Amino acid sequence: MRKIFGVLGPWLALALLLAVCMIGEASFRNPMNYVMLGRQAAYTGIIALGMTLVIAAGGIDLSVGSLFALSGVTALELAPEFGGSPGIGLLAAAVLAVGAGLLGGAVNGALVAVWKVPPFIATLGTMSIFRSLGLYFADAGRVAADNPAFSLVSGDVTIAMLVGFAALFTVMLNLTAFGRHVCAVGSNEKVALYSGIHTGRIKFMTYLLTGGLCGVSAMLWSARLNGISSSGDGMGYELDAIAAVIVGGTSMSGGRASMSGTLAGVLLLVTISSALVAWGVSPNLQNTVKGAVIIIAVLFQYKKGVGK
Amino acid sequence: MGTMDDGRRKILLDIDALKCSYGADMVLDGVSFSLHAGEILGLVGENGAGKSTLVKCVMKLVKPCGGRVVCDCRVAAIHQEFNLVRDLRVYENIFLGRELRGRCGLLRRSRMRRLAAVELEKLGAAVDPDAKLTDLSISERQMVEIAKATIVDSAVLIMDEPSTLLNAEETGRLFAVMRGFRDAGGAVIYISHKLGEVLAVCDRVAVLRDGVLVDVSPSGALTPVELAGKMVGRELTCLFPAKLPPAEGEWVMKAEDVRAGAAVRGVSFELRRGGILGIAGLAGSGRSELAETICGIRRMTGGTLRLFGRAVKITSASDAAAHGIAFLTEDRQESGILGDFTVAENVTLSSLRRYLSCGFIRFGRENAAAADYIGKFGVKCRGTGDLLRNLSGGNQQKVAIAKNLDNRPHVFIFDEPTRGVDVAARRDIYDFIHDLAASGVACLMICSDLEELLGMCGRVMVMREGRTAGFLSGGELNEQEIIYLATGVER
Ligand SMILES: Nc1ncnc2c1ncn2[C@@H]1O[C@H](COP(=O)(O)OP(=O)(O)OP(=O)(O)O)[C@@H](O)[C@H]1O
Ligand SMILES: [Mg+2]
Repeated sequence: MRKIFGVLGPWLALALLLAVCMIGEASFRNPMNYVMLGRQAAYTGIIALGMTLVIAAGGIDLSVGSLFALSGVTALELAPEFGGSPGIGLLAAAVLAVGAGLLGGAVNGALVAVWKVPPFIATLGTMSIFRSLGLYFADAGRVAADNPAFSLVSGDVTIAMLVGFAALFTVMLNLTAFGRHVCAVGSNEKVALYSGIHTGRIKFMTYLLTGGLCGVSAMLWSARLNGISSSGDGMGYELDAIAAVIVGGTSMSGGRASMSGTLAGVLLLVTISSALVAWGVSPNLQNTVKGAVIIIAVLFQYKKGVGK
Repeated sequence: MGTMDDGRRKILLDIDALKCSYGADMVLDGVSFSLHAGEILGLVGENGAGKSTLVKCVMKLVKPCGGRVVCDCRVAAIHQEFNLVRDLRVYENIFLGRELRGRCGLLRRSRMRRLAAVELEKLGAAVDPDAKLTDLSISERQMVEIAKATIVDSAVLIMDEPSTLLNAEETGRLFAVMRGFRDAGGAVIYISHKLGEVLAVCDRVAVLRDGVLVDVSPSGALTPVELAGKMVGRELTCLFPAKLPPAEGEWVMKAEDVRAGAAVRGVSFELRRGGILGIAGLAGSGRSELAETICGIRRMTGGTLRLFGRAVKITSASDAAAHGIAFLTEDRQESGILGDFTVAENVTLSSLRRYLSCGFIRFGRENAAAADYIGKFGVKCRGTGDLLRNLSGGNQQKVAIAKNLDNRPHVFIFDEPTRGVDVAARRDIYDFIHDLAASGVACLMICSDLEELLGMCGRVMVMREGRTAGFLSGGELNEQEIIYLATGVER
C-alpha cells in the first residue's frame, strides 16, 4: 500500500497541479499546450532518467549540461565531413552525438569507478572541461545544422523518445539484475562488494548511460533548433535533472529509486514554469517557486520515511 | 522522587504496562517491572521478542503507545547496532555529543583523551584513544561502544547484547565493570543470548516472550536449560547436534603459508569435503583477516591457495563467489545485509543470476526461495517484502546466512555465525551447518565462543599472532589445549 503511494505520489501531485492550472488558466485547456510541455520536458527528462541511475547508485553527475553542449557541438561540427545526402548527414550527426556522449560518460565513469575520485569532484571537474572543450570547438559560438533532414526530427519524435527511454529505463531499474545491483551499490557499497557484485562496473555503467542520454538529448535539441550554442545551451541542466530525480522520490543517499517518479518530477517542474509564465509571474521569481517545490517534495518524503 | 520498595532499596526505573507497536503488530504488550538500585537484571527472550524495542522505549527513541516509563535518574545505553562515527577518533567517539569544553568553548582535548584512556583501561581494552575508528577490529569497536556508555555518570546502564563479539576474557572484564557499577549503587539491565553468562552475572532474570513479560525470578534458582525453556515456552534438550564423523572426502581447499601484510603471517590448513574446521584464537590473532584474505577482500601477499587441487588467484569478492566460496561476515550491518532491501532481495543478492530468465528477474521464484528460507530458519517477519531494517538483530543474521547459502557454495566460511541468535534458533543454525557439511560443503567456522567451537567442530586450528599455532582433534580437543595454544603459554 505504502509502496503504491510512493510510486503514485509524484503523479498525484502532478495531476493536482494540472487540475488547478486547468481551472485557473484557459491555455491549459488546449491540448496543444501539452505537446509543448512534453517537448520542453524531454530534453532534461531524458537526461534525468540516467541521473536517476547515477543517484540510485550513490553518485551524482554535475557534468550533464556541459556534456549535452559538447556532444551537440561535436556532432554538428563533424557530421558535414561525412558529406553525402541529408539523410546520411542526419544519421552521422546522431551517431556522433551519442558517441561523444558515451565517451564523456565513460570518462566520468572511469574517474569514479577506476580512479575512485568522489563523484561530486570528478563531475565538477568534467563539467568545466566539457563546457570549455565545446566552446573551443565552436569558437564560443553557435554551430548551425544546415541540413534539411533535421526537420524530420519533429516534436513528436522528441516526445516519443522521452516515453520510449522512460519505459526502457523503468524496465531496466525494476526488472533486471542491473537495476537491482545499482540500488545495492547505492544502499551499501561494501555489502554489494562482499556479495560478489562488480561494484565498479555498475557505477561505470550508470555514468556511461547518462552520457549516452546527454548525446541523445543534444541531438534532439539541435534538430529542433537547427543548431546548438556552445555557450548557453545545456546551462543548468544538471540542476534541473537532479531536481526532477529528487522530486520523483529517489533517495539522494542512494539505494532507492523510482524512474516513473523522475518522469513525473520533470513534468511537474516544467508545468510549474509554464503556469507561472501563463499567470504572468515575474521570471525572476520562477526559481523561487521551483526551489520551494523541491524542498517541499523532500520534506514530504522525509516525513513519510520517518513515519513508517 | 525516591520511591522505596520494601523500605530498603530505591527504585531507579519503573516500567508500567508499557505497550509499543510498529504499525499493526504489538511488539510490547503491557510490560511492567521495576529496576532497583544495586542490582543487575538480565533480560532474555527469543529473537524478535521485543528486547531492543524495550530499550528504545526507555531511551525515548521510540514512542510507546501505552503505559509509562518512570525514571528520574540518568540512563546510559549500549544499543545492539553500533552508533559510532567512522571518521572520528576513539576518544572523539567516546565523548560524542558531550564533549568537554573549557573557557571560550574550546574543546579540552587532552583531558578527554586522558579520561577515555582511563575508561578503556578499566575495561581492559588495549585501544589507543587516538586511533581512527576504521583501524579497529569489530570487538575493539564494541569496547569503544561500551566505554561510551560507562563513561557517562549515570545511575542506570542498559546493555543490549554487548558480549556477542567478545571472547571469554573480554566478557569477564566487562562483568567486573558491571559488578563495580552495581556495587556503587547503580543498576544494570543486561540483554544477551548467552544464557550461562546471564545467570552468572545477573541477580534477577526477566523473560520476555512475544512482547509479554512471562517471568522474573532470581537467577540463583535457575539453570540455563530451564531459562531457555521459559524463553521459548517448551522444553529444550541438547544444544548441539551429534558430531559428524571425521571427514574422509577429497580435499577441497588447501592453504599453504598464506600471508597478508602484518595481519596474516603464514597460515596453512587443509579442508576436506564435508568437514567442519574450527578456527580459534584470541582477538587480534588474525582469524577474520584470514577469512578476508581467502575471499579476496584483503590482498594476499604470499603463499598459495588451492581449490580442488588447482592453485587459484582470488583478487575480489566476486572471484570468491565465482569459485563457490561463501563468507558470512561478522559485521552484518557493515558488510552483510542491506537494510533498505527486502528480505527477498537480500536473499538473492549474490545469487540473482539464478533467478533471471531472458535477463528479467523472476519475482515469483525469488519470493518462493525467500519464503522457503523464512520457513526453514523461522525468520520472524511480516513477509518476503519486509524491509530488513525492520527485523530484529537475530532475524537479520538468519537472512544473512540465507543470502550466502543461496549461492550454493562449495566452501562456506562462517565468522561468528550465531551472533545475536537466540538459543532455539541457534540450534536450528547448528543443525543447518551440520546438514550443510553432511551434504558435502566444506565449512570453516570462526568463533569466539569455545563451547560452540567444541560443540560443532571435529578439528580446530588455533591461530596466534597471524600464524597457525597448531591443530587439535579427537581427545586433545578441549578448552584447555585451545587456550594453551592460543596464548602460547608453556605448560
Ligand atoms: N523499525 C521497525 N519497524 C517495524 N517493525 C520493527 C521495527 N523494529 C523492530 N520491529 C519488529 O519488532 C519486533 C521486536 O524487535 P526487537 O528488535 O525489539 O527484538 P529483539 O527482542 O531485540 O530481538 P533480537 O534478539 O533478535 O535482537 C520484531 O518482530 C521486529 O520485526
Ligand atoms: Mg535486539
